Amino acid sequence: MKNVRLISAVAAAVVLAAAACAPPEKDSGGDKTSSGTPAGQATSAADFGGMDGLIAAAKKEGELNVIALPPDWANYGALIKAFGDKYGIKVNSAQPDASSQEEINAANQQKGRSTAPDVFDLGQSVALANTGLFAPYKVATFDSIPAGMKDPNGTWVNDYGGYMAIGYDSAKVPDMSTVDDLLKPDYQGKVALNGDPTQAGAAFSGVAMVALSQGGSTDDIAPGVAFFTKLKQAGNFVPVDPTPATIESGQTPVVIDWDYLNAAQTKKLPSWKVFVPQGAVLGGYYFQAINKDAPHPAAARLWQEFLYSDQGQNLYLAGGARPVRADAMVKSGTIDSAAYEKLPPVSGTPVILNQAQTDKANKYLADNWAKAIG
Amino acid sequence: MRRLRDALPLLPFGVFLTIFLIIPTVTVIVSAFYLDGVFSLQRIGLLFSETALAALGKSVLLSASTAAIGAILGAVLAWLVVSSPPTSVLRRVVLSLCSVLAQFGGVALAFAFLATIGLNGVLTLWVSDRFGFNLAGDGWLYSLRGLILVYTYFQIPLMVIVFTPALEGLRAEWREAAVSLGASRWAYWREVGFPLLMPAFLGSALLLFANAFAAYATAAALVSQGSPIVPLLIRTALTSEVVLGQSGFAYALALEMVVVVAVVMVAYNLLVRRTSRWLQ
Repeated sequence: MKNVRLISAVAAAVVLAAAACAPPEKDSGGDKTSSGTPAGQATSAADFGGMDGLIAAAKKEGELNVIALPPDWANYGALIKAFGDKYGIKVNSAQPDASSQEEINAANQQKGRSTAPDVFDLGQSVALANTGLFAPYKVATFDSIPAGMKDPNGTWVNDYGGYMAIGYDSAKVPDMSTVDDLLKPDYQGKVALNGDPTQAGAAFSGVAMVALSQGGSTDDIAPGVAFFTKLKQAGNFVPVDPTPATIESGQTPVVIDWDYLNAAQTKKLPSWKVFVPQGAVLGGYYFQAINKDAPHPAAARLWQEFLYSDQGQNLYLAGGARPVRADAMVKSGTIDSAAYEKLPPVSGTPVILNQAQTDKANKYLADNWAKAIG
Repeated sequence: MRRLRDALPLLPFGVFLTIFLIIPTVTVIVSAFYLDGVFSLQRIGLLFSETALAALGKSVLLSASTAAIGAILGAVLAWLVVSSPPTSVLRRVVLSLCSVLAQFGGVALAFAFLATIGLNGVLTLWVSDRFGFNLAGDGWLYSLRGLILVYTYFQIPLMVIVFTPALEGLRAEWREAAVSLGASRWAYWREVGFPLLMPAFLGSALLLFANAFAAYATAAALVSQGSPIVPLLIRTALTSEVVLGQSGFAYALALEMVVVVAVVMVAYNLLVRRTSRWLQ
């Protein structure tokens, strides 16, 4: 009897120990390419002997790990599916709702394992603070990306972006056209912001957009914070994180968020209307980069080629996001013009905060936001 | 050798404990002081900032109040359950319902409350249509008061589950003996019932405190602005994509939570020692 107990105990210990161990380590350099450089150091498709070589190398790896890509965000659900179908590569999508910082955390914690993220899609602050983790790579269409929207070596490249917008359910609340309308009694307990601006990039940009509409500037976010205090005092601000569920059930009938995220709601809720407030046009682009320790270095590079191809860029556009190569594609006539015309109209000069302005605004928010809406 | 062999069956448990309790705790403690190869008290100092102290105060208030409300109401409910015969339908229904509800936390629970009595909840709109009264008021559901209500929802059933066995342990003979010695109903409870149940009651209440103190998902779904309680503040420090480089602060906050729970456990031990002296 005692022996049985002993054996089962040892067996249990072995199982536990095995379960606790990390997944098998993978050689992070990847296979050598035809030109002799490891796939993890290839800086363009030419290092693989052209696109066909890159596709073959990526197919051999067979998998791609992406992280923090919600299916209803900038059409990532369709992008992942299209990539998987086109190349027969299995896309593992981890933590779709994670933040940019969590992408970096995951890369650091899982470094050297087969489950580490291969590619990142990051907000500006996180991207610029972590360039040491990225592998430079130039996609075939690199030259048609505007100069201000890429690192000259391809360490990071903007992929898609949009403008801060206000979305509302026209079946539940009256029509609106300006930021000041939000203070009206009609919107009692109805206005939500996509997250806490000291945490989420989208919410941060929301406050910055409101600041522009209230006489602030790219250097002065304080009027935006003051507006939210007024909104809170009027009883109009709902401190709930809006999700498709809260929007469809009517818990958050007015949402301040990126135009492409708001536009995605219209597909499910036809009465959902989106507008970019006049004179408060705040733009923001996401940053695409390759993990320098990517477990699937060739697949990671093929993913970049796919995202910046006309097909990938048009898929972003189909999700309501503005692809970074939009201007070039309009010129060459390869853009999906039906989708391009459906984007919410913008009146006024778009502004984008630079990193110094963002840092300054962050500091102000960290010190004042909790008090402003507390 | 024999001793070793006797201890061997505990080995899996020991391994489990090391991986999931000891290593994380040590990591938290070390990282709170020593990060990126530098020893520093700066992160601990941040715990005394206005934001961190306010969050700690609210966390303790939230956990203590929901533990007290949950423990008292849960104990009364458990007593009612135990007073009914074991075969009664009511008893079985209440107990199985409690097992379910005690686990019904997180996003689902928060959403249920939002959709019912939130600013645009079904009940809120119905009451305001019918009676012109705004149930959601100033948005109290999204503040500390709302969290207390929502937490109580899973605290009471948990109390019923953990406290019912203690009540069942009260033997009828003890009450009969007390009554035969001339004790009134009240005297029986004061002299026998309460002292016997006190350690179990306090133990359960402390379990509720720890349960609420560490709860995260419910609060995260309900309150997305301002991180009022410690678990949410840790989330902010770890995941913020706006204010970067705060992971050290998260470790310090986690250490603070470990300390609070440790203090509670020590207090609990002292209390139990005191009450068990009574019983001897």
